[in-house]
Amino acid sequence: MIQLFAFYLFATVVIASAAMVIFARNPVHSVMWLILAFFNAAGLMLLAGAEFIAMLLVIVYVGAVAVLFLFVVMMLDIDFAELRAGFVRYLPLGALVAIILAAELVFAVGAWSAGGIDLASRAAPVVSDKSNIQQIGELLYTRYIFLFEAAGIVLLVAMIGAIVLTHRHRGGVRIQNISAQNRRRPQDATRLVDPGVGQGMEL
Amino acid sequence: MISVGHYLAVSAVLFTLGVLGIFINRKNIIVILMAIELILLAVNINLVAFSAALGDLVGQVFSMFVLTVAAGEAAIGLAILVIYFRGRGTIAVDDANRMKG
Repeated sequence: MIQLFAFYLFATVVIASAAMVIFARNPVHSVMWLILAFFNAAGLMLLAGAEFIAMLLVIVYVGAVAVLFLFVVMMLDIDFAELRAGFVRYLPLGALVAIILAAELVFAVGAWSAGGIDLASRAAPVVSDKSNIQQIGELLYTRYIFLFEAAGIVLLVAMIGAIVLTHRHRGGVRIQNISAQNRRRPQDATRLVDPGVGQGMEL
Repeated sequence: MISVGHYLAVSAVLFTLGVLGIFINRKNIIVILMAIELILLAVNINLVAFSAALGDLVGQVFSMFVLTVAAGEAAIGLAILVIYFRGRGTIAVDDANRMKG
């Protein structure tokens, strides 16, 4: 009973906050609603028994992605009122596409629950005497080790790409050039002059 | 009792909201990126729901990979947004033709 109540609570809040994400006037508010949606989706996954994915959702999405969004929204000086201009104009087309998509999804779920499609045998059945995170870890480090490393490479490429894209080389900034300093020899840098009396000096 | 159909319904609504968000916020690429995150979240809920319903852990493993790709996509997308804003002073992307493609 408490499970059913929790499910409906999480489901209602996640859908309502997802709607607020796309309808909010201010993108900062959108990010806040997105954080709420992620938290409640994590609750839904917790109910399904996927504890590790739920915690990952909170850490990765709320802790990293949403903060990144917030950072960018607040860093850029954007005129958001101008961006809202086509909102009403695009609403009918968007609503049409959304209704078609929702109808197709309902149809697909109906067909799935009505049909007797027998899925293939389980690839990695759940073992009841181990915890969720232990089972995922055993699967991830044995059978899916190459995919796991590929995911790491994806993250590395994303990180390097983001740095390369946003790194700005500013001119007119004097930075320390250590190799030039180390190459400097006394005979290149200094010279001995013997100016005559009253000749002055040159610099 | 909660069945997999409940989870599928939530995920379908979430997916539809994400697609609707892309359509109605066509100029604001920040909200478009957030809508894409919503779509990927719906996919994750689907994967986890079927993983729980079928008693198969592969769904949760692949949900993790979807999460990885979503994080990388957000980072790259926001980086492109930052350099786009630096060059043009606006993020209206409905007429983005810088690359003349």
